[in-house]
Amino acid sequence: MTEKGNFHRWGQPLGVLDGIPIAVKDNFNTAGIETTCASNMLKGYISPYNATVVQKLLDQGAVLLGKTNLDEFAMGSGSTDGIFGPVRNPWSYSRQYKEKTPPKSSSENEESDWVITGGSSGGSAAAVSSFTCFVALGSDTGGSTRNPAAHCGVVGLKPTYGLISRHGLIPLVNSMDVPGILTRCVDDAAVVLGSLAGHDPKDATTIQDTFKPFELPNLIDVRKLCIGIPKEYHAPGLSSEILALWSKAADLFKDAGAKVIEVSLPHTRYSIVCYHVLCTAEVASNMARFDGLEYGHRADMNKSTESMYAATRREGFNDVVRGRILSGNYFLLKQNYENYFIKAQKVRRLIANDFVKVFGSGVDILLTPTTLSDAVPYMEFIKEDNRTRSAQDDILTQAANMAGLPAISIPTALSKRGLPVGLQFIGHSFQEKQLLTVAKWFEKQVKFPMIQLEEVKRHDCSVFQHQKSVSFL
Amino acid sequence: MSEALRTRPPPPSAGARRLGSPRPAPPHQRLARAGEGRSQGEQHHHPGPPSVWRDLYLASWVPVVGLEIHVQISSNSKLFSGSQVQFAAPPNSLVSFFDASLPGTLPVLNRRCVEAAVMTGLALNCSINKKSLFDRKHYFYADLPAGYQITQQRVPIAVNGSLSYSLCIDNKMSQMVTKTVRIKQIQLEQDSGKSLHDDARSQTLVDLNRAGVGLMEVVTEPDMCCGEEAAAAVRELQLILQTLGSSQAIMAEGQLRVDANVSVHHPGEPYGVRTEVKNINSVRFLAKAVDYEIQRQIEELENGGTILNETRSFDSKLGCTIPMRDKEGKQDYRFMPEPNLPPLILYDAKSLPVNMNHQQVVNIDWIRERLPDLPSVKRAKLVELYGILPEHSFTLLNEDGLAEYFENVIKQTQMKPKKVIGWILNDLLSYLKQHALTVKDSPVSSFLLADLLNLLERREISSSAAKQVLEELWKGEGKTPLKIVKEKKLELIQDQKELEQICQSVIDRQEDEVIMMVLGRNQKVLNKLIGLVQRATRGRSNPVLVKQILEKKLSE
Repeated sequence: MTEKGNFHRWGQPLGVLDGIPIAVKDNFNTAGIETTCASNMLKGYISPYNATVVQKLLDQGAVLLGKTNLDEFAMGSGSTDGIFGPVRNPWSYSRQYKEKTPPKSSSENEESDWVITGGSSGGSAAAVSSFTCFVALGSDTGGSTRNPAAHCGVVGLKPTYGLISRHGLIPLVNSMDVPGILTRCVDDAAVVLGSLAGHDPKDATTIQDTFKPFELPNLIDVRKLCIGIPKEYHAPGLSSEILALWSKAADLFKDAGAKVIEVSLPHTRYSIVCYHVLCTAEVASNMARFDGLEYGHRADMNKSTESMYAATRREGFNDVVRGRILSGNYFLLKQNYENYFIKAQKVRRLIANDFVKVFGSGVDILLTPTTLSDAVPYMEFIKEDNRTRSAQDDILTQAANMAGLPAISIPTALSKRGLPVGLQFIGHSFQEKQLLTVAKWFEKQVKFPMIQLEEVKRHDCSVFQHQKSVSFL
Repeated sequence: MSEALRTRPPPPSAGARRLGSPRPAPPHQRLARAGEGRSQGEQHHHPGPPSVWRDLYLASWVPVVGLEIHVQISSNSKLFSGSQVQFAAPPNSLVSFFDASLPGTLPVLNRRCVEAAVMTGLALNCSINKKSLFDRKHYFYADLPAGYQITQQRVPIAVNGSLSYSLCIDNKMSQMVTKTVRIKQIQLEQDSGKSLHDDARSQTLVDLNRAGVGLMEVVTEPDMCCGEEAAAAVRELQLILQTLGSSQAIMAEGQLRVDANVSVHHPGEPYGVRTEVKNINSVRFLAKAVDYEIQRQIEELENGGTILNETRSFDSKLGCTIPMRDKEGKQDYRFMPEPNLPPLILYDAKSLPVNMNHQQVVNIDWIRERLPDLPSVKRAKLVELYGILPEHSFTLLNEDGLAEYFENVIKQTQMKPKKVIGWILNDLLSYLKQHALTVKDSPVSSFLLADLLNLLERREISSSAAKQVLEELWKGEGKTPLKIVKEKKLELIQDQKELEQICQSVIDRQEDEVIMMVLGRNQKVLNKLIGLVQRATRGRSNPVLVKQILEKKLSE
């Protein structure tokens, strides 16, 4: 703090994020602050070190307001399956939603009308959406940043795998995890990306090349662009509303002079099954360290080391985590390895090759929906189990993780129910600048409305108008 | 992590239960014998020298031995973390966040460990894989914090090599044969921590200092057939590693650990079921463990039993192998690619990218050019340069620093190397062995020994006087050989007359011998007289001269 103080006395900002309030998903290590992954296993766990991304934000002068809720160990798509309870979508309390969704009858029902944030980075999306902070870190393994961003009406960027350090991010699937950036607008995302990107000697999977932070132009010409519309993303269960928005967005580009073509990513439909195998296998492996010995929860069981392990892991993990560990270990068994893990890896390569082919054919950016529908009420969401939900909700997002590509969800419009809908742009590897430039152009066109929180409205809305970033219309 | 971690112990392991091995005596007898003195006890506990059972069984049984050798890489830091590597440091004092598997930590490969493995691979004639991969091997154990070990299961760093070693037949140094064992692969992997089971308090203490230290696992093909071969191969490997500096390879400190895979079969038939023998902590025990296990299997099968595919532990006190209950049951390690480490890419002069930072790449050719002389080459050079016997070259290299000591003496003396080697091997080495000293700790430097040998070579003292001087030198009092010679008056008697008088008095006292001598010119008797003169002069007479005088006097 004294160092910071000195800097300020000299009249110099610490960095581009000096004084900017941020929030961090609770699966990033924060030195001296509890890091729980919303799991009993790590309840009360205080990490001795900062994740590289957290350190980089602090070095730039960002002010950490708090850690945000998630699905336990980021396994989920609703932010409903953590030990601290579900995350409520701020839009549940917006004038826009309330007007379109009249309360059914009693006040009790009204309470049950609230909608989920999506996940697993729901807490981070909610924090940005409710103006709690300007920036929140999420993580994105199958869509965990983009999905809640879409549901909460904020920008959610999943950079290229290897561009941002994973050191200190408690892993879900090491080969797909990427720290995600949630902001109110694309320009903010570009600033944060500039602070985070680049090689980290503590993460061998980060690129060696130095990353040059960039600013996005204000005048953007999309006429030379080729936008690809992958037909496979017209997936079963895609709401007609979102389909309509998607084609409107395509028209927007067409009208502005861009080339818009339909493309095919034929292996997309195998993606979710393949993802399930690879994800659970890595989960089974990554979770092996939680044995109650070095840190975290330890069961009060001392018959033998094995029984202590078993009790610790039973008490420490919820059903979702345990279920994934079980299936992952099954896929990794010697007799199953070839049939499941190796096959899934091959399919993963095919999926990645689909993108390579499409991008090789001259397509600059892919435009897709981020989610199948707008956010559903919590009471409806929990009717299905986590596995089914994740399979449905990740369907449009996780192929980008399989291929390691950068992707961003941009809030586009409000649904009939007054809830945000986002569309996704997927770019070439390490071409974040192009991706964000196109996203910024789109953001300008769609003029996504600002959330009008009922409670807040009564006080002074103009304060928030002012605080909201400049590009917001 | 400053305190030893406390955990519950694993289930109690099997006691010294033995499965059908008819020949050794029952446990109580064997225990009793263990106290009777080493040589006798050992004859009962061990199958004895290979020749004994070889004669009995070789006609019908072929033993097959393969080794898995874990070698700790000599490096300042661990394989994937910056923690220091040090033997016998306070428990849990060398543990990084990664070593303790704190969530969110990632492995970063240590370049030095890669270079050590490449060096070792080249020295063992392996082909080095320019692209190798890391895998996770899963099992739960208290001293494996992550729940998996990072190893190289699919594509190891080096494959298809060979190791040539020599051993003597029937313990005769003069009959040495050279054999070759094929090296299947060398893989890089993490060491585990250490568990200390405190049975009294029913707890296990875990020390993670060793967790994550870089290992090379050297896997041989099953090309050996007895304990001596296995021991000789490991000894040679040890020397190679020490020469390269890729490992200190001290077995007693666990820097080199050997597991032996043993099976027996009839000639012409497929290999038998094998057992894996662990907990072997010296080269000597390796030979014993393997021979015991071969004999146990043969006897088991001869008696109609079967061999279980199991892991057995060598008990060095009892000299036998016993099943390890800990490792019972087939483990499925659920191997998986390590996603946090990109493929390990090595370069050679041809493939080295021009714009690559040379500090960041490992160049196989660069390492190859800088390989030191390997023990086999050094031995050949010693034999060729100094004309010493091949078996002497082995002895010279077996002791760390002895060959250098020998060469230093040679440089400083006029004595012929063939004579010097006797002093090195018979006097210096046996003294060091008796006092459990290393060559480095020798109280007599190569300079002092050369000084002494020069006195001998210039005939200023006799060789028996030289031995007396050496006795004084061992005390390490800083006296020069010459000073000791002076103090003890050990110079050769240069005065011919004095010597003649002494000879005469010896002859006078030994009339019987003299008569025999005169009658038969008996060489034995002459030698006895020479000895008596030597005794009378306390080694100060020149034996050649004495012989001349005696012969002259006796023929008079």
